[in-house]
Amino acid sequence: MNILVCIKQVPDTTEIKIDPEKHTLIRDGVPSIVNTFDTYGLEMACRLKEETGGTVTVVTMGLPQAKNALRSCLGAGADEAVLISDRPFGGSDTLATSYIISQAVAFLEREKGSTFDLILCGKQAIDGDTAQVGPELSEHLGRPLITYVSALKYRNGEFEAKRENDDGYDRIGVKAPCVMTVVKTAYEPRYPTLKAKIRAQWADIRTITAETMKDTLDLSRCGLKGSPTKVVRTTTPQRQSECQYIKEASPALNAGKLADILARKKVI
Amino acid sequence: MDFSEYKGVYVFVETEEGRPKAVSFELLNPARKLADKLGEFVGAFVVGHQVEETAQMCVQYGADKVIVIDAPEYQYYTTDAFTNALHKAVEKYKPNVMLIGATNNGRDLGPRLSCRLQTGLTADCTSLDINVESRNMEWTRPAFGGNLLATIMCPNDRPQMGTVRQGVFKRPKPEPSCHGEMIYETIRTMPQEISTRLIERVKEVVESVNLEEAEIIVAGGYGIGKAENFKYLEELAQVLGGQVGATRKVVDAGWIAHAYQIGQTGKTVAPKLYIAVGISGAIQHLAGMSGSETVVAINNDAGAPIFGVAHYGIAGDYKEVLPALVDEFRKRKGEQER
Repeated sequence: MNILVCIKQVPDTTEIKIDPEKHTLIRDGVPSIVNTFDTYGLEMACRLKEETGGTVTVVTMGLPQAKNALRSCLGAGADEAVLISDRPFGGSDTLATSYIISQAVAFLEREKGSTFDLILCGKQAIDGDTAQVGPELSEHLGRPLITYVSALKYRNGEFEAKRENDDGYDRIGVKAPCVMTVVKTAYEPRYPTLKAKIRAQWADIRTITAETMKDTLDLSRCGLKGSPTKVVRTTTPQRQSECQYIKEASPALNAGKLADILARKKVI
Repeated sequence: MDFSEYKGVYVFVETEEGRPKAVSFELLNPARKLADKLGEFVGAFVVGHQVEETAQMCVQYGADKVIVIDAPEYQYYTTDAFTNALHKAVEKYKPNVMLIGATNNGRDLGPRLSCRLQTGLTADCTSLDINVESRNMEWTRPAFGGNLLATIMCPNDRPQMGTVRQGVFKRPKPEPSCHGEMIYETIRTMPQEISTRLIERVKEVVESVNLEEAEIIVAGGYGIGKAENFKYLEELAQVLGGQVGATRKVVDAGWIAHAYQIGQTGKTVAPKLYIAVGISGAIQHLAGMSGSETVVAINNDAGAPIFGVAHYGIAGDYKEVLPALVDEFRKRKGEQER
């Protein structure tokens, strides 16, 4: 089975701090990581490959430094890594991004002469949080989609996905080729071995550019030009800055005071 | 693209087994405000099977025009059938604005649909406005785990689409005297067009947790120490008529099921009252509860970040504070009933 995992290099949002004066994000010195949900997707792909044979390819679209994220995926089980990177791709929203990735997928498949049986994406990236690129990729490719997958099996020529919903889960069957987006799995992604890490450090990572895909790529659908949505402004949310501490002499008095306040504000 | 052809603020009314999702009716509230500002009407696309009652309710909640697409293949959500139905309906009715509830299904459908229509979609919005002059929507949404709010427009394409978080808007008051136009549209999806197959639907009965709709949540963090201590929180939740929730760390430790998890990798909630117990306040957790109206934090550590988002704080041992609160609320409830 040949599996493609789409990943994104993101700033570690747990490390992001807010400038208290300027109310902006402090991004300096914030480490870049592989998007958490993508690491679950990679682990799911690797487990499936170990069962059925085949290869796991990772792909990302981004700046050249996103190669670091790809290398960390190579260390954690991927066989091959591809970077999609070029000037005209900058400023792409999710529609343009998914279009470019779909073009790169089509290019890789033409080159190989076979389709990827399965494309996995993380549910969403922890920086943008849109959860749109995976579904849009499936639409561009015209392939079935299952989102919010937390477990995956393959048997008798069919995938069986566990899809999380509001009050339980669905078991859904689908045939290859298809696209899925992955949520947190019951297992944790593996740590790279030292050997794998060293191998990943020296591995060859190919770059796909606009030129590579020029036979089919429509440049008017890439970058800012190809993006219907425009960010017009960003602000930091107004955090409740003043917490009123309740400091009465006993737990009972604290409880009484809090209940009074909540009742007065008609919260309860 | 001729924008004048695109009219109306439409809500996609999500149903499953004929029943509507709460967020769909909530969205008729901002839809009305936006439509009034634009001088346009409120529309609703109801897709499902045996949805007559839901369609009638949409009128009571303020929809001027309800497009009903009712067929057996829409009993359960599938990406293929719903995208097909909505795509054809949108091509015909040409909405100016389209709101979709940001449920799992809504966030599955939205991008498939916007991509097929080649228009813009803004995900998981928490605030909506319209620029009356340009007639462009201003969609505001949190990003970077809730650290940043981005306002997004879709100036050159129609319809303007967005998914909107559950619990942000209040459901309008139903008006039985409201009138609206009902249009029954026959849009079918053939079995061979549906590529996925529902093998089994599992309802986790024990987890009848509907955190997204809860008005009061008592949530526990790692600071509560162990699984058994949830009994303190459950007691308080019970007295208040609320639900218990938890942080990721607690769920990862196996103290409580994932269905209770609030935060970036769990549920997004917006209750009237959020009581955070033993929660330090990691950004990922805050991302899931920052829409709460009133936040009360109870934590041993008076410097915990959770107090930075709390309106009221008690720095102390929750094992003393919670029983005291239970007694206090019980007492008040008793007085009210007398």
